[in-house]
Amino acid sequence: MLWLKKISRGLAAPVLLITIWQAVCQAGWVSPQALPSPYLVGLKWIEYLLPGQTYDPATQTWWVWLQSSELLRDASGSLWRVILGFMLGFVLALPLGLVMGANARLREFANPLIQVLRPIPPIAYIPLAILWFGLGNPPAIFLIALGAFFPVLMNTIAGVSQVDSIYLRAARNLGASHTRIFIKVILPAAMPFILSGVRIGIGTAFLVVIVAEMIAVNNGLGYRILEAREYFWTDKIIAGMLSIGLIGLAIDLAMDKLNRHLLRWHRGM
Amino acid sequence: MNPALEFHSIAQSFTTQNATIQVLESIDLTVQEGEFVCLLGPSGCGKSTLLNAAAGFVTPTQGHVSFRGKQISDPSPERGMVFQEYALFPWMSVEDNVAFGLEARGESKDIIQPRVADLLAKLRLSEFAKRWPRDLSGGMRQRVAIARVLALDPPCLLMDEPFGALDALTRRSLQDELLQLWSELGKTVVFVTHSIEEAILLADRIVVMTHRPGKIKQDYQVHLPRPRNPADPAFNALKQELGQLVMAEQHAFENAERLSFTAD
Repeated sequence: MLWLKKISRGLAAPVLLITIWQAVCQAGWVSPQALPSPYLVGLKWIEYLLPGQTYDPATQTWWVWLQSSELLRDASGSLWRVILGFMLGFVLALPLGLVMGANARLREFANPLIQVLRPIPPIAYIPLAILWFGLGNPPAIFLIALGAFFPVLMNTIAGVSQVDSIYLRAARNLGASHTRIFIKVILPAAMPFILSGVRIGIGTAFLVVIVAEMIAVNNGLGYRILEAREYFWTDKIIAGMLSIGLIGLAIDLAMDKLNRHLLRWHRGM
Repeated sequence: MNPALEFHSIAQSFTTQNATIQVLESIDLTVQEGEFVCLLGPSGCGKSTLLNAAAGFVTPTQGHVSFRGKQISDPSPERGMVFQEYALFPWMSVEDNVAFGLEARGESKDIIQPRVADLLAKLRLSEFAKRWPRDLSGGMRQRVAIARVLALDPPCLLMDEPFGALDALTRRSLQDELLQLWSELGKTVVFVTHSIEEAILLADRIVVMTHRPGKIKQDYQVHLPRPRNPADPAFNALKQELGQLVMAEQHAFENAERLSFTAD
């Protein structure tokens, strides 16, 4: 029953907030146009989630039927972009970070450039992204990849360059080649840093996807809440925002699981 | 007698931002095959630096170290190093740590597995084979580190204050185990310590070093019969004698610390 206790404790704050919110709306202190009640938002959310047609196995598969849910379509669109963009940023940043972390001279060479580029928020690249890639998925993926790139790069560099030299000495003493030392010693020693970079990178990717969808794409959660604004569908805006929050939470929980598995040797885990 | 490790007029200096520090000066020392030698001295006498030169981690500023007649230029498993901080790989289980050197050497699984199991049994670690280093006490971690080095059957062991971080009782039992292994396997051991008692308990020969720049102050052959007993009057007499020598250097060290403090 411990989990029940845990869950009820975790739900306390959200339930309290929703109660106050409902009370404020019911009392008529705010216009429903500005802030619809949680009840109305909930109804809208269900409508947004449910497939548009009734399931008919004769004419469609369940997969196609699920696709007729607007929320599932938007959420999978956003997630797919996050994953693709993140993977692209990660695949470029990791090897570069590993090489730069291991090579002090290269680090010194590239550091000024990185320090100048790094503080530019990925969102500032939007005009350039549209000029280069037009509209649609390519600029969105580019921006997300950019958002994931720097956190992964910086953390990988820090992780590799801060490997305790005693591990390297021990490995050399035991006759390990450079390649073996890199794979068996440096990489796992840097793993806590790399994973925290991945976590920050995914967070940034998720942030950027919403903005990119508001500007360059015409589906996805970011697009949907901006579209809802055009029609003054406040309930749908909030329903979309809550969906974004829930997906973000799910990604973070999954990352936490991965962390715990990969760093199960680590003291703090 | 067969020389194993030979230090030929070693000098070592390190340059920091504002000064050059002479750490070692004109060290000549020959360690025979199978000999157990302790390097004894206060902090900052360069005994660990000397050991690092023997391991091939640092190249002396002057002179050279050779092992079995060949000049040392790189670390090698034939001179297995045991560190005070254990230096176990925390992301590998105990058995993977012990297997690391054998895998690096390209041995097959059929060779590695029994060898690792054998060593873990010898060092009373069998039941911890699958555990992470973080689960082990300091004494057990150091046993894993010793097993990891012994896996490659090195003719020479270099030990840098290996029991320095352990409590007194664990220390005693590891000292006994080390002596047991040494008499069984007949390896050359160079052991750095600042504990006079530890040196007398373990060594065939004790090399006392001076405070910076580290030189050899005295080279003792310990003729006490083994197993040695710290309560033995002869043990105590030697302890007193060495104590005076080492304390003189300790005072030099403390004075130097004070001077450099006031100079700043």
